Amino acid sequence: MESPLIEFRDVTKRFGVRSVLEQVNLQIYEGQVTTIIGLSGSGKSVLLKHIIGLLKPDEGTILFKGIPLSEMKKGESAANFAQISYMFQDNALFDSMTVYENIALPLRETTNLSKAEIDLRVMARIEQTELKDAAHKYPSELSGGMQKRAALARALVTDPRIVLFDEPTTGQDPVRKNAILGMIAQYQRKFGFTAILVSHEIPDVYFISNRILALYERSIVFQGSPEELEDFNHPFKDEVIRSLEGLQNELTGLYSKRQFKVMHHVQLKQTTSGATYCVAVFSLNDLDIIRAGAGYDAAQVAIRSLGTYIDKHFGAIGGFSTRRRSNEFVTVLPYSDLTEAESILKDFVKDFQEQGIHDVWAAARKQTPSARCIEFTVRAGIAQGQPVADIDSVIDAAKSQQKEIARLRCDGRR
Amino acid sequence: MAFDADSQNGKEGWKLGRLLTGPFAVIGRAAISWVDHLGASAIFLLLAFLKILRSKQLIKIVQQIYYIGARSSMIIMLVSFFTGMVLGLQSYHALVKFGAQGALGTLVALTLVRELGPVLTAIMIAARAGSAITAEIGIQRISEQIDALDTMRIDPLRYLISPRITASIISFPMLTALFDLVGMLGGYVSGVLLLGANASTYVYRVQTSMDIKDITDGLIKSVVFAVIVSTVCCYQGYFTHMRTDSHGAQAVGLSTTSAVVLSCVLILVSDYVVTSLLI
Repeated sequence: MESPLIEFRDVTKRFGVRSVLEQVNLQIYEGQVTTIIGLSGSGKSVLLKHIIGLLKPDEGTILFKGIPLSEMKKGESAANFAQISYMFQDNALFDSMTVYENIALPLRETTNLSKAEIDLRVMARIEQTELKDAAHKYPSELSGGMQKRAALARALVTDPRIVLFDEPTTGQDPVRKNAILGMIAQYQRKFGFTAILVSHEIPDVYFISNRILALYERSIVFQGSPEELEDFNHPFKDEVIRSLEGLQNELTGLYSKRQFKVMHHVQLKQTTSGATYCVAVFSLNDLDIIRAGAGYDAAQVAIRSLGTYIDKHFGAIGGFSTRRRSNEFVTVLPYSDLTEAESILKDFVKDFQEQGIHDVWAAARKQTPSARCIEFTVRAGIAQGQPVADIDSVIDAAKSQQKEIARLRCDGRR
Repeated sequence: MAFDADSQNGKEGWKLGRLLTGPFAVIGRAAISWVDHLGASAIFLLLAFLKILRSKQLIKIVQQIYYIGARSSMIIMLVSFFTGMVLGLQSYHALVKFGAQGALGTLVALTLVRELGPVLTAIMIAARAGSAITAEIGIQRISEQIDALDTMRIDPLRYLISPRITASIISFPMLTALFDLVGMLGGYVSGVLLLGANASTYVYRVQTSMDIKDITDGLIKSVVFAVIVSTVCCYQGYFTHMRTDSHGAQAVGLSTTSAVVLSCVLILVSDYVVTSLLI
């Protein structure tokens, strides 16, 4: 088993008589995206501040690469902390400095790099985070999403090994929330840092996370993959996950992965033995091209409008859908055999080619009017399953049958 | 029953004791809090002082000299000119009664250089730049900008506090000298140009009545005031989040008020102490 990069052993933190963390045990592994979920005020930010050394535990030990921080020499622990960047919930950008100055600040103050070298690095980050036009603006002149990107650029400019994100999506609308999570995932892949997030965005955060830590009543009650969390049986799920999932359901019309599984079991139990059902898998390909051409917000709008379109079409005939990956949707048609499902899909494809894909792109363009012309495709596949069959294997079969159903060649006109 | 009566008497006695000792307890708590803050301020100043000579400080110090010093010069000149005029006006009418209007230059110069110059300059800077320092640092504190510095491994004391204290120590004496000069000019305008005192006598008295000790004493005072004002204002802003009486923007407002009021009181108290030591 890989040894953890950061480990908490029985960490307890109190403020006065109020205990915020109680005997917390957790492991964070290198190169992964780890998300801490929990109710507001449950101590998630306090936990993050322990990782970066802003707070010290009253009891217990924090280990960095297996060595307790309390046993490290000052220089050694400082060197470890220097590898960590922190992105604050409210960005904490210096409002009297421009975006450029904010991003350059850690390099100017903590390194001996030349002015030209600093400029080179800062401009690289500004370009990567699509802030070129905003480089000489003040934070108050930027939108919420741009401020987040500026904060992210500042966090990344020192090439940290670990980046902590304290509720990076707070105060953003649903589209922008997903856009920010998508941006974090993309940069994590691009730069290879270890990301530790505090987030409420369920299920979206599952798509970008390798591991989930659940903080409940001052302790970590779950550590594992998002898939393992599906099978986790604990009051935490009732109080936290379901309330957050319910909110998502209201916003998108789609079911959460867990709700989707429950729906699937219930529907199939009701069908007579020997009856079949069908699963359709839809993918919006070239998501990175949409992001590059139209921005993160537009990419998220495109995904959401595809999901809404699918739900509208198949929901009317008893189908239920979920978002399985960041760009993938799964729909179950519980009462249809393969022939019927193929016929329904054919109608959908016709409608989608004529209208749907243009609606998806129109919604994305509305979000980013300056979006440049791009080309993207939507693929779909269908497979038939037996009630006894594992849903995942049917989904995989449908995925293997996927073929292009629609392609948008943008001509630049609105 | 006897037990009940004893118990009742005990409660009454306890209440009476509390009533008598209550005011002392309040004073005691306030005194402990004051000593606590005094000690914390001293450590705060010491730590900030030790970081003055770290690298990359020069530009920040020059910037702060501009904000604290250069940008206060206009208001200092305005206040000092009218202070000098009022001083010339009042002194002339008082001296005329004794036929001693020739001493007008002496009175104006010594009053300004020894007392009014350092004290009024310090109070003016506390009101103009000191309040701005507290508000700026306070807002940086409540919006987590200071925490952000910590996470970027930038020492907030080195980055925010040391340059401001150093700039104050450099700016206060310079602005005090400016106050003295413009104040003497104000005295000349009211005493000589408006009331008819002899111009040559005024200038001669100004030149001959002051010795170097008067000037150095005034400048020593201004340095003491600089340390007090900058420390109080930076400290109030830096620990805005520790206030127990308010939070957020309200805490910044109260910290700013406290910083200016406390600075003014401490300027006057320390003026007496320093004067008694120097005289």
